[in-house]
Amino acid sequence: MTPDSALDAEEAHELLRTMWRIRLFEERVGQLKRNLQVHGLIHLSIGGEGVAAAVCGQLRDDDAVYSGHRAHGHAIAKGAPINGVMAELMGRDSGLCHGVGGSMHLVDTGHGFMGATGVVGGNLPLALGTALTQHLKGTDQVTVAFFGDGAVQAGHFSESINLAALWELPLIFVCENNGMAEFTSREEHSTIERVSDVVAPYGFERTTVNGSDVPAVYDAFSRFLTEARKGKGPYLLECVTYRRRGHYEGDPEKYRDPVAEQEWAERDPLARMTERAIKQGWIDEATVNAIEREAAAEIEAAVAGARESPFPDPEIARSLVYA
Amino acid sequence: MAREIPYIAAVQEAIRVEMERDPTVVFYGQDVAPSDEDPLVQAFGRERVRVSPISETAEIGMAVGLALAGYRPVVELLMAEFMLVAMNQVVNEAPRLRYMSGGQVKVPAVFKAGYGFTAGWAGQHTGSIYGMFMGFPGLKIALPATPADAKGLMAAAIRDDNPVCYLINYLMVLEHGDVPEGEYVVPFGEAAVRRDGSDVTIVATGWTVGRALAAAETLAQEGIQAEVIDPRTLNPLDTATILASVEKTGRLVIADQGTRHGGASAVIAAEVAEHGFGSLKAPITQVTALDVTVPYSEPMEAYVLPNEEKIALGVRQVLGEAPVAA
Repeated sequence: MTPDSALDAEEAHELLRTMWRIRLFEERVGQLKRNLQVHGLIHLSIGGEGVAAAVCGQLRDDDAVYSGHRAHGHAIAKGAPINGVMAELMGRDSGLCHGVGGSMHLVDTGHGFMGATGVVGGNLPLALGTALTQHLKGTDQVTVAFFGDGAVQAGHFSESINLAALWELPLIFVCENNGMAEFTSREEHSTIERVSDVVAPYGFERTTVNGSDVPAVYDAFSRFLTEARKGKGPYLLECVTYRRRGHYEGDPEKYRDPVAEQEWAERDPLARMTERAIKQGWIDEATVNAIEREAAAEIEAAVAGARESPFPDPEIARSLVYA
Repeated sequence: MAREIPYIAAVQEAIRVEMERDPTVVFYGQDVAPSDEDPLVQAFGRERVRVSPISETAEIGMAVGLALAGYRPVVELLMAEFMLVAMNQVVNEAPRLRYMSGGQVKVPAVFKAGYGFTAGWAGQHTGSIYGMFMGFPGLKIALPATPADAKGLMAAAIRDDNPVCYLINYLMVLEHGDVPEGEYVVPFGEAAVRRDGSDVTIVATGWTVGRALAAAETLAQEGIQAEVIDPRTLNPLDTATILASVEKTGRLVIADQGTRHGGASAVIAAEVAEHGFGSLKAPITQVTALDVTVPYSEPMEAYVLPNEEKIALGVRQVLGEAPVAA
């Protein structure tokens, strides 16, 4: 745990609110998936809420975020309305993408959430382009690309890192290193343990923090963001996180031992952040409980709203192909 | 005012004119401007004209990201085969994002590459692979066959709000033709009737348009009047003009430099077979490359590719004036 953090009570309150909204959203989606009310392939981000909240919470709507297949938390933290995300996962017309994209292709341009991707690391090059527009316009906007440690071994990662460094783009790469690439552990994919070490030769600033230590993520990202807002970059922030669920919902997880509850308690970013915030006097227990209740109510309302929304008119499948 | 310039100069002129009228157009690619004396660098500077590393995936994906943020990138990819290195960007990202986002975004990006350089470059530098892109909804394909179209279709590609594969034929880059000055746009999806005729329709794409016109002149001396249609864009494909011509002539020969199975020719043949069957007086004949990778040795290269004589033979066959090979 970082001894000192730039966080204040208001920011800590907002982080906890975002984390609770993501946690309860993901748990509810898992339930709905088991009840066959969510239709497709689902990857939950439980264990990663702190990174999503600490990074996206410092961004503006006009900053761009790209994410991978485990994207619900990033979308929600970036401002995507929970009812729109839930309705999308339930395949309804009121979904963010009218039920065309689903879980792995969430987009909410109104909040700068430029897109998830179903191909591991497949949209890292897109982040280059958006960051290049920010450079060309000379604005203080930034682009953030989330990806997992599994993406690092793919060619598009190396190409993107090289070009971002070469052209000094205002792009912050945020790696959630949960040590698991789909169904296999990091040591089976690479001889390099730390993703921040992979990019060392390019010469830009990079750091690794404990992704379960939310104030640490917040502070490290804040430092990079301040520089990127001046048009500098790129930067890489590696957050060592813990993937609480399987690769996908329904994954029998035969490739790893069941998680010890004690281990989870130590790595649960929400539990750690709550404990820290109360200890620091940023928040009291009653307020935390209220945050949880409000989040639960918001999610139930989103589920109810999605159920009331019609399925999309199948004809839009043909009308959306070309602009 | 039109004046005669080469095909390659017409392409460059379109890029320059569009960059002048729209500050969001950027141009980059491998080796595009090795010197500061490059005319595009002189006109627009190194911010908008960039040399990129050999990173097709990053180059094409970056174009998608630029487009999402409101720019209109033109990526120079040199060889169409190099797009295969970056198929995830060409197929999974560029044409699918508008769709998957429920229409929230548009992706106005141009992927410019050469094809059909059948001058001994062989195997991996020579293919006419545009047909495969017809199978990816959301992606448009322009195949200019004249210097004027090279300019007008590039302008249309840059102004289009969708990703476009703009493919120039490397055998044609030095061919001269009349090209209008200033802004000039050839709309997508409008085939050009290159020659009127009443006996047979030849639909020819890209490089084969010139070969089909030459074949038509030879055939005219035999009393056969061929109508030559150049679709200009394969997606959108102007099937209406093709069907109207077949309705008039009753016979169809398709000339295409690509391979046959799963290619542009097969798609056009299927459209006419399904929607124009009642007009046909004879089976459709396809004059394409053989279904092989283009070989190196000159006589072998010529053997596998379509040419003027093969197109003329195809016409005689659909007219019953030459035997059809088994």
